[in-house]
Amino acid sequence: MIVGHALCFKKKNHNYMSHKYMPHSEKDIKEMLEAIGVESIDSLYKDVPEEVIYKEEYNIPSGMSEIELRRHFEELAGKNKPLVVFAGVGAYDHYSPSVVSHLLSRSEFYTAYTPYQPEISQGTLQYIFEYQSMISELTGLETTNASMYDGATAAAEAMFMLVASSKKRNRVLISSTVLDNVRKVVETYTRVHGIELTEIAEKDGVTDLEVLYAELEKGDVAGVLLPVPNKYGIIEDYTGVADRIHDAKGYMAMYADPSALAVLKTPAEWGADVACGDGQTLGMPLTFGGPYLGFISCSKGMLRKMPGRIVGATKDADGKRAFVLTLQAREQHIRREKATSNICSNQSLMALYATIYLSLLGAKGLREVNELASDGAHYLCDKLLNSGKFKLVYNKPFLKEFVVSTELDMEKINKKLLEKGIMGGILLGDGKVEFAVTEKRTKEEIDTLANLILEN
Amino acid sequence: MKNYDKLIFEVSQPGRQGYSLPKNEYKENALNSLPGNLMREKAAELPEVSELDVVRHYTNLSNKNFGVDTGFYPLGSCTMKYNPKINEEVCIIPEFTSLHPLQDEESVQGALELYWNLQNMLSEIAGLEEFTLNPYAGAHGELTGLMVMKKYHEARGDSKRTKIIVPDSAHGTNPASAMVAGFDVVEVKSKPNGSIDVEDLKPLLDDTVAGIMMTNPNTLGMFETEIIEIAKLVHEAGGLLYYDGANLNPLLGKVRPGDMGFDIMHINLHKTFSTPHGGGGPGSGPVGVAKHLVKYLPNPRIVKDKEGKFHITENEESLGQISNFFGNFGVMMRAYAYILSLGKENIKNVGPLATLNANYIKENLKDDFLLPIEGACKHEFVFDGLKDKSTGVTTLNVAKRLLDYGFHAPTIYFPLLFHESMMIEPTETESKDTLDEFIAVMHKIAKEARETPEVVKEAPHNTIVRKLDETTAAKNPILTYRALKESEK
Repeated sequence: MIVGHALCFKKKNHNYMSHKYMPHSEKDIKEMLEAIGVESIDSLYKDVPEEVIYKEEYNIPSGMSEIELRRHFEELAGKNKPLVVFAGVGAYDHYSPSVVSHLLSRSEFYTAYTPYQPEISQGTLQYIFEYQSMISELTGLETTNASMYDGATAAAEAMFMLVASSKKRNRVLISSTVLDNVRKVVETYTRVHGIELTEIAEKDGVTDLEVLYAELEKGDVAGVLLPVPNKYGIIEDYTGVADRIHDAKGYMAMYADPSALAVLKTPAEWGADVACGDGQTLGMPLTFGGPYLGFISCSKGMLRKMPGRIVGATKDADGKRAFVLTLQAREQHIRREKATSNICSNQSLMALYATIYLSLLGAKGLREVNELASDGAHYLCDKLLNSGKFKLVYNKPFLKEFVVSTELDMEKINKKLLEKGIMGGILLGDGKVEFAVTEKRTKEEIDTLANLILEN
Repeated sequence: MKNYDKLIFEVSQPGRQGYSLPKNEYKENALNSLPGNLMREKAAELPEVSELDVVRHYTNLSNKNFGVDTGFYPLGSCTMKYNPKINEEVCIIPEFTSLHPLQDEESVQGALELYWNLQNMLSEIAGLEEFTLNPYAGAHGELTGLMVMKKYHEARGDSKRTKIIVPDSAHGTNPASAMVAGFDVVEVKSKPNGSIDVEDLKPLLDDTVAGIMMTNPNTLGMFETEIIEIAKLVHEAGGLLYYDGANLNPLLGKVRPGDMGFDIMHINLHKTFSTPHGGGGPGSGPVGVAKHLVKYLPNPRIVKDKEGKFHITENEESLGQISNFFGNFGVMMRAYAYILSLGKENIKNVGPLATLNANYIKENLKDDFLLPIEGACKHEFVFDGLKDKSTGVTTLNVAKRLLDYGFHAPTIYFPLLFHESMMIEPTETESKDTLDEFIAVMHKIAKEARETPEVVKEAPHNTIVRKLDETTAAKNPILTYRALKESEK
């Protein structure tokens, strides 16, 4: 099929249709072949062994016009059901001000390459510098990279940092209260890389510190990863933990929700050396799991073990302030197999997302976001508990996410909620359900959810 | 605008705000009832700015940037093709952007169908059995592919295979990915034309080799003509072949990696399939494998049942999980739109036209620039600097002078096979007119190098900032606004 906008013409044995993304006219092709001194484009492939030349046509659909393409996407979209989300577990339905997507759609940002040519990339370099500054403000640690793929891979690479910094130790500990998906990715990365990973058991929904301390005493621990808040939404109390880890000559890393760090004790305040996590909570659309944003912050001493891009301030030949990719000697394009990581393309545009979001919200706005979310979460939790049909599984402080248990058939109830356009809590088995509430949820929506559940 | 030099923190004024949130209707303030020792002690110092402050600031920053929409990017190995606008629209349909990754399968059938369709289109184009779209970028795809390789050998009980062979001309990510995957890297030498030296390869192929990583065309843009022999040798030695898809573009419509004998590959959707580079991501690095390796692909997997329903599954033999959820779904949507816009009639012309463009530039510039390897290149080629070495003008100087003339620089000083490498890749989306302008400017710079070399050596002259002091930046790193304020005291 030849679609409306495509004009077909023949050149030698080859069909080159003009297409809006390929501007070659028949005359262009003819002139270019003459300049090169060959008969046909095919002859530019004559060094390719005949037996590997693909002579068929790909079994993929015919080209679509924009009208057809839109229709196709709308058809697919119609098979999805947007929901009022009451689930989290690593992806949260926060609100993003209109300004963010408008500025992100400036093509000077999104069609740019990695800023290897600083003279024509000051826009990218400066927002990365601002991003590093803002994430460092949230984590309290001196430096931040820009960026990692997602929270899970950031956690895995943070583990590599702990081992690299400790030099002779090859064992890391992870609390079992870190999100399941994050632990799975850390498990994969450490296994292939040959790092020993030990999971610290949980007790009453929090890291069992006695088990942690016992492991530290073995004297071979490079570092520990602890969550804030944890996978049940609980804010764990790490009083004295940093000292124990440091006394055992280990490093302390924390898996943190950057949005929550506007109000919760920061990794730096807990005494951590490294913070990592997912920036999705900074207003990024859920988009079925990505693109999100992984981040790593660290104390000054670990800077040279940090993976990924880092931007520094400097001056140009005229003494003007400017920004540039720096400390590149850590990176794969310079150091190859001796690099701190293999990361190249990262999530730069999502770092811009976070930067603009944080500029708009500021510390005050981010605090209000947390207030609305936690007030809503506690309101929902109280409603469920007051019904007598739910029990709080862990009697521990939480922010915007919590786990309750019930004898109600939650699987059936979640199906019913789905029909009403609501995503209920995540089922953890044994009658346990984990709910998350963000500032986007209204009191009315919470009431509706609670009523639909409790009428059973 | 050119002189705008403020940081967002310097625009900040106490008391300004750039957001609006719903009124808090709840009676209890939950934060106040949380134990004080769990709360932040000192507020984060974030900017306090109005909405217009933010809009002006980042618009001004965007004006300090060069992108594909601004001008031509002859950036070798990066495939900076045009990023179609319709793709930016279809990917923000709320029925996609609002989907939680843990929603019930029933409620995300459209997203799963898109994922599954794209998976299959890539399999068809690559000549491989199945793809996962979970990897987030090219290097992440390499790592995932190497994990597949590791799992394959482990599953056969073959624990001796600890080495990965990588050509000395390979992209830096190849050896780095092998390191992260826990392999030892063994380099194989390139011949003067950049191809793998088969005679150098043979003695390396023993029972400790897990596999080899290759690009084809190689980093000089030359097709590895001995690929069939190489594949045979590696397979006979019990190893697997990994294809670095960074250079896939010239093969569209011409050669399928699977047909050359490759077992595993990644594709950079942000290169070959037109998704925007975003100033360094988000990208997407789908990984495809031959039939016998499908079971090792990372979890979760998207499958289709006999009734045409799509499911999210986990496979026990899988290498495990390499991403939080399903990868950069938003990027996949754009690549899917691109493939559908071209369709089977047009996508086969991408490779040939990209190759035509590269050869056209090469033949037009080889009088002034040193072409170390004669013969037809594919999507890209490498000059070893200016032909006339007497002027003292280096590849870096030429690159910076190009910025003055409104072009992005080529990839420079890579590959490492030459001292003055200048790697040029135009892509098929550039017109002959643009190529002619670029050629004219390159000739002009060569003329300047002969007549007024200082002008080239001191370039750039017209950019927003001039040559930067990178040494001090690395020696005394200033990485945050807080540190910058300290240093300016």
